Amino acid sequence: MVTKLYSEAIRDAIRNEMLRNPDVYCIGEDIGVFNGSFGATAGLLAEFGPGRVYDTPIAEQAITGIAAGSALTGMVPVAEIMYNDFMLCAADQIMNQAAKFRYMYGGGMKVPMTLRMAVGGGLQCAAQHSQSLEGLLVHIPGLKVVYPSTPADAQGLIIAAIRDENPVVVCEHELLYQTTGEVSETFEPIPIGKADVKKEGSDVTVIATGLCVHKALDAAKALAEEGVSVEVVDPRSLFPLDKETIYKSISKTHRAVVVTEECKRGAWSAEMASNIAEDMFDSLKSKIVRVGALNTPIPFAIELESLVIPQTEDIIQAIKSVM
Amino acid sequence: MEKEKLLELYGTMQKIRKFEQHAAKSFAAGIIRGDLHTYIGEEAIATGVCANLSDDDYITSTHRGHGHLIAKGADLKLMLAELYGRKTGYCKGKGGSMHIADTSRGILGSNGIVGGGFNLACGAAFTAKAKKTNKVCICFFGDGATAEGSSHEAMNIASLWKLPVVFVNENNQYGISCHISKGIPIKDTATRALAYDMPAVTIDGNDVLAVYEEARKAIERARKGEGPTFIECKTYRWRGHFEGDPDNYRPKEEIKMWKSKDREPIARFEKYLMVNCGVTEEEFTAIKASIDAEIVKANEFALNSPHPDKMSAFTDVYTDIVEEGRPW
Repeated sequence: MVTKLYSEAIRDAIRNEMLRNPDVYCIGEDIGVFNGSFGATAGLLAEFGPGRVYDTPIAEQAITGIAAGSALTGMVPVAEIMYNDFMLCAADQIMNQAAKFRYMYGGGMKVPMTLRMAVGGGLQCAAQHSQSLEGLLVHIPGLKVVYPSTPADAQGLIIAAIRDENPVVVCEHELLYQTTGEVSETFEPIPIGKADVKKEGSDVTVIATGLCVHKALDAAKALAEEGVSVEVVDPRSLFPLDKETIYKSISKTHRAVVVTEECKRGAWSAEMASNIAEDMFDSLKSKIVRVGALNTPIPFAIELESLVIPQTEDIIQAIKSVM
Repeated sequence: MEKEKLLELYGTMQKIRKFEQHAAKSFAAGIIRGDLHTYIGEEAIATGVCANLSDDDYITSTHRGHGHLIAKGADLKLMLAELYGRKTGYCKGKGGSMHIADTSRGILGSNGIVGGGFNLACGAAFTAKAKKTNKVCICFFGDGATAEGSSHEAMNIASLWKLPVVFVNENNQYGISCHISKGIPIKDTATRALAYDMPAVTIDGNDVLAVYEEARKAIERARKGEGPTFIECKTYRWRGHFEGDPDNYRPKEEIKMWKSKDREPIARFEKYLMVNCGVTEEEFTAIKASIDAEIVKANEFALNSPHPDKMSAFTDVYTDIVEEGRPW
């Protein structure tokens, strides 16, 4: 095992795949000489040259459209959308085009494209650079969506995403890029659709994604001192969803709290909670509670931003409400 | 051009027209449902452009795509079966008129989103350049699409990166009911290309030989690595935007004028072939008869084809996941 930054794990995963397959290439804004806005493509231009690492103009439709069109014709693009907020500029190419090619054209096409994007807030970048829009993507049949919370998961899931023959979106929380963790020295994919129990416990299951996994772990630690044993399950993959692992945990704890950084209204967390309600109703001893951002745009001032985005204390309160 | 090749162009134009006439009739009879946009009146463009391509070259098409597909060699049987929603169709009945693709012939799909194909075409051209295959991609689009933002992102990057793509604008002057004068502030769509330092021409899109020649030059440029070209082809659609369109926005006189023998592409080309190549009425009749026979066969195939199995609704969303049905 080696210790790496989350951003280094992403870079190393892409590098590994570029070495392994000459059709893999990177495309996006400021991913070359600038090393990517969060450093996740650092050094790739220097190592592979401009024929494998393409800095683009500020044109999200072109980035995603070229990625999709080249994926259809034999390339394996790894496209970066600087912030997930900007993917909305390319919604047609992602949601109407890439996601639907295989189905609407009758199954003859493969779209092996990876679309990486920074999600989430916490850097005071306000309403248009801080959203958590993963729920929009999960809503669209044809897309797979993964959300690694650790460097190890980032490395393994990005390898899996690049090798996948379908469009895969990788959500990367902006505050995770500079976090470190132990990562395997061998470059093995983590299967898309496999959840990970980040901490075992017996009283309540907390299903959390991205940065909220870490906040949930902090909450679990605090509550342990009060005698509450919290199990933290990280789905890692929002679709396909590893219901088996999540439901196994709930069968044990009989309680579920879902924590994401999305605005609660219409969120992926609602999809998760409704799945639990439909499939696990008889096993539950309490209502399901969701923790999310408030239903406002993300504000700028630190007091407001940290109020709107869910914090560890919110998770503690939510857990207490189901005990 | 040799007579044989000229007659091939003629045959392709007739095939498109007759296919579309058959499709419109089938729509009126309720055999085809949903949206159907016919290409009648614009046949010279797809024909003249695609006559320069091989199966290896790519095209991206539009909601009005049948002409592009036929000109690129698509199988009428599989097209018609798709229009009828049958299991044997190009998309197994999951796509319909607006979503036909045939990757074995470089057809990267008709597209239901206006302007949806621009950047995909750049992607295919990107592959050709990256893999040095010498292929080109033709991006067909209507006049209305030049007001879509996607067209500008694509033209900008195609020119910047010298991608082997040719932008072929079929300017039929109407985006549904919106006349071009109310849609864009310029007279010729080709003017768009100037901003991207891209060579552009405006031509008579009903003159198949003019289209062929301009496409030939543009494709040659693209293959030589000199980048994209914009070809504006002025044309007109005979029928409404879609079958069932009340068509209350076009003057009757205007439609009549564009359908007249000296304006419409097929009659004009017939005259050219008679005068310049001595093609006889009998030769035209023989070509038309063979196309009629092909369409009869395609129709029989499509009508006799099975409807899709219900289970097929759940497959092909992903390569490796079958979606679930309802529990009841």
